[in-house]
Amino acid sequence: MTMLQHDPDYNFGYLDEQTKRMIRRALLKAVAIPGYQVPFGSREMPLARGWGTGGIQITAALIGPEDRLKVIDQGADDTTNAVSIRRFFARVSGVATTEETSEASIIQTRHRIPEKPLDEGQILVYQVPQPEPLRKLEPSEVETRKMHAWAEYGAMHVRLYEDIARFGHVATTYSYPVMVNDRYVMSPTPIPKFDNPKMDDMPALQLFGAGREKRIYAIPPYTKVKSLDFEDHPFTIQSWTEPCALCAATDSYLDEVITDDHGGRMFVCSDSSYCEDRRAKGHIGKELAVAEALDYVDRGEGASHDA
Amino acid sequence: MRESSTPVIADPDPILIAKNVTKHYGERIGCEDVSFSLWPGEVLGIVGESGSGKSTLLRCLAGIDRPTSGEILFRHEGEPISLFNIPEPTRRKLMRTEWGIVHQNPRDGLRMDVSAGGNVGERLMDRGDRHYGKIRRSAMEWLTRVEINEDRIDDRPRQFSGGMQQRLQIARVLVPEPRLVFMDEPTGGLDVSVQARLLDLLRVLVRDLGIAAVIVTHDLAVARLLTDRLMVMKGGYVVEEGLTDQVLDDPHHAYTQLLTSAVLAA
Repeated sequence: MTMLQHDPDYNFGYLDEQTKRMIRRALLKAVAIPGYQVPFGSREMPLARGWGTGGIQITAALIGPEDRLKVIDQGADDTTNAVSIRRFFARVSGVATTEETSEASIIQTRHRIPEKPLDEGQILVYQVPQPEPLRKLEPSEVETRKMHAWAEYGAMHVRLYEDIARFGHVATTYSYPVMVNDRYVMSPTPIPKFDNPKMDDMPALQLFGAGREKRIYAIPPYTKVKSLDFEDHPFTIQSWTEPCALCAATDSYLDEVITDDHGGRMFVCSDSSYCEDRRAKGHIGKELAVAEALDYVDRGEGASHDA
Repeated sequence: MRESSTPVIADPDPILIAKNVTKHYGERIGCEDVSFSLWPGEVLGIVGESGSGKSTLLRCLAGIDRPTSGEILFRHEGEPISLFNIPEPTRRKLMRTEWGIVHQNPRDGLRMDVSAGGNVGERLMDRGDRHYGKIRRSAMEWLTRVEINEDRIDDRPRQFSGGMQQRLQIARVLVPEPRLVFMDEPTGGLDVSVQARLLDLLRVLVRDLGIAAVIVTHDLAVARLLTDRLMVMKGGYVVEEGLTDQVLDDPHHAYTQLLTSAVLAA
């Protein structure tokens, strides 16, 4: 691990120490009441609200020189948002970064939970656009707070009812509401519902930060997280008819990738680290050669693959 | 005059008791010193001109607005509980399960962007029902009861006519089988033929279910059709009270006389 020096023009981790303490207090409260949205004094960050400022502030409040940071956006380590945030923390804190899920002590994420199961001691930080799961049904904040306080969650099922009435099944595929610790209904942020079961009883600590909406919430390790459903329409996750085109995985969340403008496409793991890991171990998907020819993946990355 | 007359009803205990209910808006009087009792299965009408305090009184009785002074007792599990001395979550729960409010404007009582079935089913989901098929069946049943065609179950209230919206609202209020229903001008803004059908429907439903109801209206014909007893309000005060036929056919107070004589003979 090479210890980089952080930019001396900034305090370690960008935020000043008082702000970090304020955020840590909010985090402690959030962990103490799983799923409850704790208001906090969200600061201006050097990127626009809605680009992950909530998650960045949590990470900034937690990060120490010994940490290893992984940042993913839609499951990938190499997309704009992930690269920018990783670079930002490398500069203002000098901590080591990694793309390897198991090596990271803090993983900041947008829209995915890594495929590789997380361990005790790891922290998953979510970037949250809209923390209020009831917002679409109830515009008043005063009212939604009362609904949470007294667990008046009947309206939440109206959303699911509407889906089934219109489409014959629950058509909500992301931001699928969950019940945390049998008490609070919580928005899992725009992760696909494929990832919802991973939140249940997870050994890692899950923290959620909404910068624009100024809310922090959390799921402590080993907490019950249940996706809402009906008795006769139980919760289900997405499935695909084919395995990942690059690594042949059948247990991961797949993204559709357009390969030409004649309708060519393939389905590949959205978790880029997981996919690379599998290829390194010799798993080869049907269209890996095609992807290499398109420079979608680096040539010869799959150790045992002959291009 | 503010003493209740005692109607002959099997259940000896009133479901709702208002004791000197007063609501002031600053210096202005909303309603002043209103007392009455309501028994299960009874329909009480409150009539009076605009601004007489009818709606203010109804909002207090239904637990929406806190009266300035006075007490409202609701009989819950055999015990009278004071509506504004219980914690807000308990009151809200009672509002959802034990009584219902039919608003004058269906928009205030419905979710306009949720289907008819969802609107009716919400009350069941509030109560903890989690079986889609059963919820849908009950919703269907209630739509039929309020004369909305079953094939409209997935349409939104926006796509309904005014009269249908009002009937949908009534279904939504009645589906959890409340013991007490408050109606604020339930037929306001509807044309006469639709009004007549709605009134007929309400009468049948109220009689069938044996629920107690408080109906606020400025329409004496509505009062005569639906109510057992009548309270006449003016300037925030109850000026006359009695059995509906008695009040309408033999009005004592000058204002009631004016009110009944102002009705056009059809």
